[in-house]
Amino acid sequence: MEKTTGVPYEYLRSHKKFPHVWCPGCGIGIVLGSIIRAVDGLGLSKDEVAMVSGIGCSGRMSVYPDFNTLHTTHGRALAFATGLKLAKPHMTVLVVMGDGDALAIGGNHFIHAARRNIGLTAIVINNSTYALTGGQASPTTPVGARTTTSWFGSFEPAFDICRLAEAAGASFVARGTAYHVLELDKLITRAIQKKGFSVVEAISQCPVSYGRFNQMPTGVEMLKWQKDHTVSIAAAGKDAATDKISRGVLLDRDRPEYTEEYFKLVERLKADGKSK
Amino acid sequence: MTDAVGVMLQGNEAVVEGALAAGIGFYGGYPITPASEIAEMMSRRLPQQGGVFIQMEDEIGSLAAVIGASIGGLKAMTATSGPGFSLMQENLGFAAAAEIPCVIVDVQRAGPSTGLPTAPSQGDVMQARWGTHGDHPIIALCPSSVSEAYHLTIRAFNLSEKYRTPVILLMDEVTAHLREKVVLPLPGSVEVVERIQATVPPEWYFPYEETNSDVPPIVSFGEGYRYHIDGLFHDRAGFPTSRLDEIRPWVERVFRKIDRNLADIVHTEEEMTEDATVVLVSYGTTARSARYAMHRARERRKRVGLLTLQTIWPFPEHAVDHLAHQARLILVAEMNRGQILLEVERIVKGRCEVRGVNRADGELVEPRQILDALEQ
Repeated sequence: MEKTTGVPYEYLRSHKKFPHVWCPGCGIGIVLGSIIRAVDGLGLSKDEVAMVSGIGCSGRMSVYPDFNTLHTTHGRALAFATGLKLAKPHMTVLVVMGDGDALAIGGNHFIHAARRNIGLTAIVINNSTYALTGGQASPTTPVGARTTTSWFGSFEPAFDICRLAEAAGASFVARGTAYHVLELDKLITRAIQKKGFSVVEAISQCPVSYGRFNQMPTGVEMLKWQKDHTVSIAAAGKDAATDKISRGVLLDRDRPEYTEEYFKLVERLKADGKSK
Repeated sequence: MTDAVGVMLQGNEAVVEGALAAGIGFYGGYPITPASEIAEMMSRRLPQQGGVFIQMEDEIGSLAAVIGASIGGLKAMTATSGPGFSLMQENLGFAAAAEIPCVIVDVQRAGPSTGLPTAPSQGDVMQARWGTHGDHPIIALCPSSVSEAYHLTIRAFNLSEKYRTPVILLMDEVTAHLREKVVLPLPGSVEVVERIQATVPPEWYFPYEETNSDVPPIVSFGEGYRYHIDGLFHDRAGFPTSRLDEIRPWVERVFRKIDRNLADIVHTEEEMTEDATVVLVSYGTTARSARYAMHRARERRKRVGLLTLQTIWPFPEHAVDHLAHQARLILVAEMNRGQILLEVERIVKGRCEVRGVNRADGELVEPRQILDALEQ
């Protein structure tokens, strides 16, 4: 067990950047571990991997792994990554965002990256709150949940990240949790392998800025919630009549990838003698 | 240069030709009047040259993609007008903080808000300087003819790459839509500046270290130099820091890299100023009305000269300062309520009279208005 969830330390910038900024009980480090194991398992060189992150607790992730890393502005990580991917089409570009980052301020970039089906791997760490700023309601805060801006219980409907990604055009959509970490490794691995825009929603826990207000004051209790309230699509079988949250690969389809289509156009113009 | 060709171009087209001559590899933009022609032409020309054009979902994403592409090693540009320029301020600050070369064209139209989309303005002058939050250096250039639109676009790229900074090309609707003859130099004869590359191995590379030039080399992502780029205040390796001994040198260096190169960056043009007691100060399309007014005034034996600002930020303090010694009156003509006027007053410090010739209703400052001001 220790071996399967270990982190290959050569991927971390251990010489300078630890201890990390995240609170005890936070799930973001668990997701980082999954990302690193996925990259390691795929045998990608660190030089060919870029990690682009937005703003928030999740945004701080890009400091730690020894890739080409870019910590951008709030909500804009996918747009920065779009430019980078088009400049360096052969790089594996991982985009790490939080739920508020990806779906509120960055919602427009999220749906358009999916619509274009550009070859980026978007990992949305969903802790249902704006954690870094003190636990305000986010677009994925469940109805009824208390936050520092929904003190009497949130009554706004929440986004379903995966259904949104599917409707907007993503090639690959999966959901995992920080609790089911080995499964998360596999989902991220498949997301990186997939050509086109792939989205992994990683349900994560924030005991400090969310759990404390919602009867789950520790990371352990929140991880237990993830265990009890989610179900693997594979394990549930066909008769999955359940009110639990589905985990696993929710969508895997083939659509033309943006970067490839763009450079096909360049080649076609060249072949037609329309290049200048 | 004898083989150079004269062509009729629109200002926006000249920007595209200038960008191509400067070696643009990436354009990300969003449609907006009166800048859309730039995106339209780029969408045809760039794929033909193996470059990248992408129409983004908004102006915020446009500049974000431009910065991402520049980090990937391509010379990158976007173009917009006031409403879009407002949206770009966020990532303009990122480019300034992370020292990423990029060119932003703002074809000014009358504002605020949606304003007059097809009417000219010079209302974004202060926005170009201070629009994004926080102290930061910036370079902004103002073309007053289609020919200048071509040459200053090349200069914008060159300065951007040379000093690792965003550069704004601050046009206005009139020059953008004007058609004039432009003499295009032969491709090989255009001075094109490339960004400074690292000469050290990756383990010795620090993207924000102090260097003799104050402009540290910038290496593209994916070239074996794995490092971190951040909009947070960062140390010499690019990692976030809140240590004063790391922040202070950074703040001082990013200003110093511009301040010590003003002679290279700040360009102005003086006409008939040798004996002038009245000096017109202007820029962009308004400078042409000022030039016309100057010639009419000279016909009436008035000693009027003209200072045209091609670089508007950093403000040409030296040029204004030296004219303040000889002038009795400085008239600042601009299509706004007096933005550069404030800068001129700041430099003149009461040594001579300074008045504005202003208009902010979407119409040009006409020569008549300037002549009337001269008569007062």
